[in-house]
Amino acid sequence: MSHDHNHHHDQHHHDHEHGEGTILSEVELRVRALETVLVEKGYVDPAALDALIETYETRVGPHNGARVVAKAWSDPAYRDWLLKDATAAIASLGYVGRQGEHMVAVENTSTVHNMVVCTLCSCYPWPVLGLPPVWYKSAPYRSRAVIDPRGVLKDFGIELPAGKQIKVWDSTAEVRYLVLPERPDGTEGWSEEDLAKLVTRDSMIGTGLPRQPAEVAR
Amino acid sequence: MNGAADMGGMMGFGPVCPEGEDEPKFHAEWERRVFALTLAMGATGQWNLDMSRSARESLPPPEYLSKSYYGIWLAGLEKLMTERGLVTPEEIETGRSLQPPKPLPRILNVDAVATVLAKGGPTERETNTAARFKVGDRVRAKNMHPTSHTRLPRYVRGHEGVIELVHGAHVFPDSNALGQGEQPQWLYTVRFKGTELWGEAADPTLSVSVDAWESYLEPVA
Repeated sequence: MSHDHNHHHDQHHHDHEHGEGTILSEVELRVRALETVLVEKGYVDPAALDALIETYETRVGPHNGARVVAKAWSDPAYRDWLLKDATAAIASLGYVGRQGEHMVAVENTSTVHNMVVCTLCSCYPWPVLGLPPVWYKSAPYRSRAVIDPRGVLKDFGIELPAGKQIKVWDSTAEVRYLVLPERPDGTEGWSEEDLAKLVTRDSMIGTGLPRQPAEVAR
Repeated sequence: MNGAADMGGMMGFGPVCPEGEDEPKFHAEWERRVFALTLAMGATGQWNLDMSRSARESLPPPEYLSKSYYGIWLAGLEKLMTERGLVTPEEIETGRSLQPPKPLPRILNVDAVATVLAKGGPTERETNTAARFKVGDRVRAKNMHPTSHTRLPRYVRGHEGVIELVHGAHVFPDSNALGQGEQPQWLYTVRFKGTELWGEAADPTLSVSVDAWESYLEPVA
């Protein structure tokens, strides 16, 4: 699933060479300069910067959302609560805060497929999914998800049945959406822990489907 | 404003290029720094979330479209800080503090990071007004083109939909971005048929829902 074209990472713009063989792009130098000034002025605590990065790089991620989904698959009362009051149901597992203050869960069924986008920027449910992947924030996804979701799904290798309803949720306010994917067949009696292994990030955005039982080690 | 950020329905950007489930959270060290600086400076309370979105999306379209995501964040952060006199363009160019700092009432200290993130920034507010619409009501998104920040995407303007969810009163971004206060309004999820938005050739199985504040909507008789 690796593509080299159409990416906009600035690290490709290594066009400024500096002494001693160090190659720093214009943007790297600019960010370094900005951080130096902000630290010097006392506006930012360098240790706080590191803590912010560490939190979102290592601790918060789709494994949180996978736990929510696995619990909803296992516990009908929790599923009902999640669909009725996702903010409270998700908070009960300890996933709260920034970019997840107001949650709505939308359920995939045999007749409905849900897909989430933010056409205006990059709104995404951080406490359950972490920071969004590059493609989610990219112009191709933001522009096409609302007009050609089946075409977008093909880019992910997914082809939905022709008659299936597609509901796209454009996150234009502070409400954040989590897709509750369909539980794969052949998982009767599985523990929540094993079920969580089937849940992918993309299946909770609606650009993917859960893994099949044969794909995971129990 | 009708800026480059409002991308729904645009064409020509090419395919979506997923990197797989194991995609790294950041693709370069400077992205980590821009992310953290943006959150840390946001926590000083010198601007609100709507002001920071507005700063990014009001970049001239050629600039917005040619920058990477964190490149846009960087440009937005520089704009927010220079506008408020927190740093000067010369300081950013030279990487040296050339003027005394402005006193900030709040700085995000490392000890507060977990608490601040867990608290987040809820936008729902108490209201004593009644919701104008209820689930199932037919509404039209207004044909409006404000020159400042708004969260009503162009592709739904002038189109008819149905109220799907009622979320309570939420901070109104259009006023909050201008420093005119939160002015909370009822917030709704409005569902539009694909064919209503995109015409007869649209996928008949498609519906698109957006979250819309009350003043974005008018009733359909």
